[in-house]
Amino acid sequence: MREEEKFKIPIGPQHPALKEPENFSLALKGEKIMGVEIRLGYNHRGIEKAAEARTYVQDVYLLERVCGICSHAHSTCFVQAVEEIAGAQVPKRALYIRTLIAELERIHSHLLWLGVAGHEIGFDTLLMYTWRDREIVMDILALLTGNRVNYGINTLGGVRRDINKEEIETINNGVDILEERTKYYIEVATQETTIIKRLSGVGILSREDALELDAVGPTARASGVKRDIRHDDPYAAYAEIDFNVITDDHSDVYGRTVVRVKELMEAYKIVRQCLKDMPDGPITVKVPRKIPVGEAISRYEAPRGEDVHFVKSNGTEYPERVKVRAPTLANLRAVKHMLKDRFLADMPIVVAAIDPCFSCTDRLISVENNGSRDKQFLTWEALRNYSIEWHRDKGIDFTELNKNFRKRLGSI
Amino acid sequence: MFESLFYILIFPGVLFVSVFGLAAEVMDRKIYARLQNRVGPPWFQTVADFIKLLGKEDIVPIDANPRMFRIAPLFALTSAVTVFLYIPLWGAQSLFSFNGDIIMVLYLLTVPTLAFFVGGWYSTSLFARIGSVRAVTQLFAYEVPLFMSILASALLANTWSMKEIASFYTQHPYYCFFNIIGFAVALVSLLGKLEKVPFDIPEAETEIVAGIFTEYSGRLLGILRLTIDIEMVVGSALLAAVFFPVGMTLAPVIGFLLFIVKVLIIVAIMALLRTVVARLRIDQMIDFCWKYMVPMAVCQLLMNLVLKGILFR
Repeated sequence: MREEEKFKIPIGPQHPALKEPENFSLALKGEKIMGVEIRLGYNHRGIEKAAEARTYVQDVYLLERVCGICSHAHSTCFVQAVEEIAGAQVPKRALYIRTLIAELERIHSHLLWLGVAGHEIGFDTLLMYTWRDREIVMDILALLTGNRVNYGINTLGGVRRDINKEEIETINNGVDILEERTKYYIEVATQETTIIKRLSGVGILSREDALELDAVGPTARASGVKRDIRHDDPYAAYAEIDFNVITDDHSDVYGRTVVRVKELMEAYKIVRQCLKDMPDGPITVKVPRKIPVGEAISRYEAPRGEDVHFVKSNGTEYPERVKVRAPTLANLRAVKHMLKDRFLADMPIVVAAIDPCFSCTDRLISVENNGSRDKQFLTWEALRNYSIEWHRDKGIDFTELNKNFRKRLGSI
Repeated sequence: MFESLFYILIFPGVLFVSVFGLAAEVMDRKIYARLQNRVGPPWFQTVADFIKLLGKEDIVPIDANPRMFRIAPLFALTSAVTVFLYIPLWGAQSLFSFNGDIIMVLYLLTVPTLAFFVGGWYSTSLFARIGSVRAVTQLFAYEVPLFMSILASALLANTWSMKEIASFYTQHPYYCFFNIIGFAVALVSLLGKLEKVPFDIPEAETEIVAGIFTEYSGRLLGILRLTIDIEMVVGSALLAAVFFPVGMTLAPVIGFLLFIVKVLIIVAIMALLRTVVARLRIDQMIDFCWKYMVPMAVCQLLMNLVLKGILFR
C-alpha cells in the first residue's frame, strides 16, 4: 500500500482518551489501524537529575512524586535500594506497614483502572460506581498517612507513622464493604454482554510475545506469564504472607480485566493478613545521613507492574545517580504490537489496558536539527541562559525582580 | 396566515418543541445521573448551556467550506422541528395531515443525520471526517429496522397517515400490544438515530474527540445540541404516536398532557438503556442491527400481515 493512501490520525498529545500527554500516530485504512508510532517526552520532568541535587531524605519525597497513583511504589523502591547500600535492618512492623499501604494503594489503583476502562469503552456507569467505592480506600489511606495520594509514610529505615487499634478496625470495615462491591464488579465485568463484546479478542498478546516484548505486571499475567515480584523476589513482608499470583490465559483486554479484579480480591486478603499478623515493636531505625559508597537495584511490584530503581552512592549525603524504570515503559512496546490490525475504536481500551502512566515513563528528548543526524545537547548552565534569553525575547524579564528579591533576602 | 405562523413559530412549532426538547434532556441527564449515583444537573442546566453557547464566538476552521459548515446545523434543526407539526398531539389530529405523512416524517427524521454528515465532512478535521463516515455507516444499519417496525404498525391500521393510525388504535386500543416487538426494535433504533450509548459511535469521545461536532463552537454548536434534543422528543413522540396512540379522544388538555407523559416515559426508558450498556464498535453495531433487529422487524411485519388477514376478513 502506498504511503499517501493511509489516513494518519494523531491521538494525543491532547486527546480525551489520554489522561496524560502522549502521542500515538495511527495510520488508518478505513477504521483499521495499519501502523502505530509512539512518541514520548511531552511530560519529562527531569526527576532523576533533580534527585542528584537533593539529599537522600529529600529524595524520598521527590521520588514519591514520580507517579500520582503508585506513589508508594516509587518511594518504597527507592528507600529499599538506599537501605540495602546502608545495610540498615528495617524493623518488622515497618515492613508490615509498608506492605499494608502498598496493598491499599493497589486496591485504589485497580479500582481507578476499572473505572477508566469502563469510560474508554463508553460504559460510564461502571466509572461512576468504581470511583464512588474508591473513595472508601482513599479515606482509609488518608486516615493512615494523612494524604490521599503521595502518602509520605516511608522514610529511610522504616515508616513515619504507626497504626493503632481503631484504625485497624476502620480498615477491616472498609475492606469488608469493598470486597462485597468487588464481587459485584466481577459479576458485571465478566457477564455484561456489551463489555465482553468490547473486551474479548481485543489487544491480543500471546504468551511468547509477552515474554519477548518484556511485558510486566497484569499485562504479562493476563498472557499466562507468572511474573510477580512479590512472589519471585519478595520484599517488605511479602515473604511471610500467603497469597496467590493471579494469571489468566485469555491474553486479551478481557484477561487483563479479569486479572485486575481478581487481584483486588487477593489484595483484600493480604490487607487482612497484614492487620492480623502485624508484630509489635519499633517502626524505624536510624540510618546515617551519609550513605557509604555502593550501588543497589531494587525491584517492586507496583499496581502496573515491575518497578525498578537503581541507586549509586558516593559516600556523601547526595546520591551519585538515581535511575527509575517505571512499569509503563516496559509495556509500551507491547502496546505497539497489540494495536496492529485492530480497529480505531479499540485503540483507547488497548492503551488503557496496560494502565499507562506516561509521566513516570517519560524520557529525555534529543532534538534533531532539521532532520539531520547531529543532535544538540545543552549543558545545565546553557539551558538556563537559553531560557532567560527566550523569556526576555517574549518581554518577560526577571533580572530586576531577582535582584530585588536577593536584596530583600539579604536584609532579613 | 397569522394562525399558521403561530403554529410554526410558537405552538407546536419552534418555541414549544425547543423548550420541550431542553426539558427532556434535563430529565434524561437527571435519570442517567441518579442511576449512576450522581446528583445530576439542576433543572435549568440545558437552557443555561444553550444561552451560553449562543453568546459565544463561532469559529470556522480555515480549511472548512464556510457556507456548508454554517448551513448544515440550520438544515438539521429545520427538518427536526418540521416533523413535530405532522405528529398528532391530541384528538387524533395533527396540524397538517395528509395520506402518506408517516413516510414524510421518517424521511424528515433522516435529514438531520445527513446534515450532520455534511457539516462534519466540510469541517475537514480528521476526527470530524471519521465521525461523519461513521454516522452514515450507522444510518444504513438502524434506518431499515426503524422504518420496518414503524410501518408494520401502520400496516395493521391499513393506512399511511398518522391521523388514521391514531383513530384506528383509539377504536381498538388492545391492538397496540401486537406491536410490542416493533416498539422494542424502534426504540433501540432510535438510540442509534440519537447517537446515544451503545450507539454513540459517531461521537465516541475517547476515540474521535467529539466526532462530527469537533470543530463546531458557539451558536452553531448550540443549534446542533438543540437539534439533537429536538430529535429526541420528536423521535419519542413519533414512537408514542405510532405505537401507543391511545387516549386520543380525551379532552384536548388531558390528551395533550397524556401525550407529554408518554414521550417522557420513552425518554426515560432510553436513559435507562444507556445506563446499563457499553458502547459497541461500528462493525458490532452493524452486525447487531442486521442480525437481530432486522429479523425481528421482519417478524413483526409478517405477524401484522397475518393478523390483518385474521382480524379483518
